Amino acid sequence: MKFGTATLAVTTLTTFMSTTAMAADYVIDTKNAHASINFRIKHLGYSWLTGRFDKFSGTFSYDEKNPDASKVKIEIDTTSVDTNFAERDKHLRGGDLLDVDMFPTATFESTSVKSAGPDKAVITGKLTLHGETKDVTIEAERIGGGADPWGGQRMGFTGTTKIALADYGILRDLGPFSKDVELTLNVEGVKQ
Amino acid sequence: MYIRDTSEGYGIVSRLFHWLMAIAIFFMFGLGLWMVRLDYYSPYYNAAPELHRSLGIILLLALLVRWIWRGANPKPVFDDLTPLEQKASRAVHWSFYVLLLALMVSGYLIVTPDGQPVDVFGWFSVPSVLQMRGLEDRAGYVHRLLAYAVIALAVVHSLAALKHHFFDKSKIMTRMWAGPPSSNVLTSEKEDHL
Repeated sequence: MKFGTATLAVTTLTTFMSTTAMAADYVIDTKNAHASINFRIKHLGYSWLTGRFDKFSGTFSYDEKNPDASKVKIEIDTTSVDTNFAERDKHLRGGDLLDVDMFPTATFESTSVKSAGPDKAVITGKLTLHGETKDVTIEAERIGGGADPWGGQRMGFTGTTKIALADYGILRDLGPFSKDVELTLNVEGVKQ
Repeated sequence: MYIRDTSEGYGIVSRLFHWLMAIAIFFMFGLGLWMVRLDYYSPYYNAAPELHRSLGIILLLALLVRWIWRGANPKPVFDDLTPLEQKASRAVHWSFYVLLLALMVSGYLIVTPDGQPVDVFGWFSVPSVLQMRGLEDRAGYVHRLLAYAVIALAVVHSLAALKHHFFDKSKIMTRMWAGPPSSNVLTSEKEDHL
């Protein structure tokens, strides 16, 4: 009984601490693939070609009380580009597109987060791709968060942005309708 | 005209294999270098690689049939080369076979590691047998190196043939063009029918 009281006290204490803490740190759950980085680009102006980066890692910090203090950092393995077609993926990794031998990683690191309504925010940050670093703006939305069934805490977001390939020195001409790429990031973080 | 090879020289089948494959291989080399540089909106952007893949599989089949043909035929004997030259030419010929086989297999592996088959002129397709992520990159790298190696070897082979023809006054080059000499028709045909 004594033991039970102690456990209860500790639980109450940790709960109290976590709600008052400035921000909690999360590791993006790439291990169990509850996260994805998808892109799409128009093909000839007739359809969307979709693909994703299968390997990446990242962390974020988030405080429900003060979302503007949030931070996010993601590192993408560009060699893991996957459009469900080996020959095209080979071409994408090649010298005239992603040039993954020279630039095997792309990174994103937030510089500011501004709330834009309930569970919505605009994340500004630096995207480094193909050796070039540019500011990008991600429109983000919190999907949900809380306790998971296995004793942990999780928080999940989705975000989209659009980049122009030429801004990153990717100059291969894919046609007038295929100059921009839309990126969608789905991330679920496990609280540390 | 001889269909089969004799101990005196190569029959028409072997000579056609040699020259048609030589032309096709040089054509494929040029096609390969050209097609990877095509603009996305080029009318040949899809057609050129399709031709390259189809012809590649045809050449792979031709190579296998050529081996069988070679094994099933008598080997022409030419003793107007020095023992060293004979060794060198044998090494070059076997290098051709090994390099070409590896070249064609590596080409196949660029297309198929995601499970996609290789279509051959819409006539038939070769299924994927090995699925491995990222294999297409390594296969592509090897494919390009082997292509250069095959062309380099072809240059060595041609220069050697010309040297034997013009400097050594050997008939070694003529045999791949003209076939067995007609003065030996009777004896060769008898040998063939034995």
